[in-house]
Amino acid sequence: MTPAGSLLTARGLRKAYGPTTALDGAEFSIHPGEVVAVMGPSGSGKSTLLHCLAGIVRPDEGSITYNGRELTGLPDSALSALRRSEFGFVFQFGQLVPELTCVENVALPLRLNGARRKDAEATARTWMERLEVDDVAAKRPGEVSGGQGQRVAVARALATGPRVVFADEPTGALDSLNGERVMELLTDAARSTNAAVVLVTHETRVAAYSDREIVVRDRRSRDMERVV
Amino acid sequence: MSIGHTLLGLLESGPRHGYDLKRAFDEKFGHDKPLHYGQVYSTMSRLLKNGLVEVDGIEAGGGPERKRYAITEAGVTDVQRWLATPEKPEPYLQSTLYTKVVLALLTGRDAAELLDVQRAEHLRLMRILTDRKRKGDLADQLICDHALFHLEADLRWLELAAARLGRLAQEVRPA
Repeated sequence: MTPAGSLLTARGLRKAYGPTTALDGAEFSIHPGEVVAVMGPSGSGKSTLLHCLAGIVRPDEGSITYNGRELTGLPDSALSALRRSEFGFVFQFGQLVPELTCVENVALPLRLNGARRKDAEATARTWMERLEVDDVAAKRPGEVSGGQGQRVAVARALATGPRVVFADEPTGALDSLNGERVMELLTDAARSTNAAVVLVTHETRVAAYSDREIVVRDRRSRDMERVV
Repeated sequence: MSIGHTLLGLLESGPRHGYDLKRAFDEKFGHDKPLHYGQVYSTMSRLLKNGLVEVDGIEAGGGPERKRYAITEAGVTDVQRWLATPEKPEPYLQSTLYTKVVLALLTGRDAAELLDVQRAEHLRLMRILTDRKRKGDLADQLICDHALFHLEADLRWLELAAARLGRLAQEVRPA
């Protein structure tokens, strides 16, 4: 059963890499426009949970429902199309393409979805303005600061109008002032577009930008809203 | 916090009435704990007695007379001394949280559960402060950041304690 109105739900997720169990019965659900922090110590299974939810890794057991559709049985090509059109990703180190300019990086997912260069870059610039990095549009990732690069990465994640943004330690490489600004901009932008954000973090000040938290410990997840 | 020193510090920028002082204090420092009028007037009469402020003028209106206070030379020196003296760091030894964790272990209760629930409670307050910080001015941001860093320190301790629960249980349980 899916919690009423939830966009993405996971039930009884299990995943092992060889003899190592990474997830052992994890549960998760998120509503449109909601920011959920996934917290827990290193090695607890946070990133594996995020990768399963995003369709990057297939769980060994359990179900993942996105928008009423079961993901676990979908072929790779369908999952890949879903990730391109419905999901956005922000990683700890922006993972921008170094050979492209920042605006080309932000426009890239739009281009992959078939948009014309001019249209893609116009949309990209709008998002860069919103993330306060329009001044570095023509620069390459190597020429901008860590904080600027991460905002470019957030702009790229949001440019396609995703319904879920997966952010894995998005401020992990930034100082606290830059990190908080990135969180402010990311959560403001997501809320204004009603996108859900799955935020993996071990920093509580970052988690404080979420609406609620899921704690992963010993490879199991726990929805703290149902506990308190 | 020393209310006397804070009021004296506020007077350094110019003479004020007791009511203005209360308002300035509440605006800048009293977000959650506004001053009572009684506190302001008892503090001012103490400062007056000690020669740290003087009455700069009295307005007689329809209601009770309103004294306007000005800081004295001795008052300025007192503020200067207060600002230059470092605050004693609070070591928070033997906190309630620590006691609860140890008691839970001693009595065979679920200490991990206790830590999870406490983390959720801390995060709930951190969300409120983060929201206030987002909507507030720079002064608000500084006040909230101060509280947030303290809560974060508590949480870091909670995570560390959670990671060490097994060992702690062995140490505190009677053999």
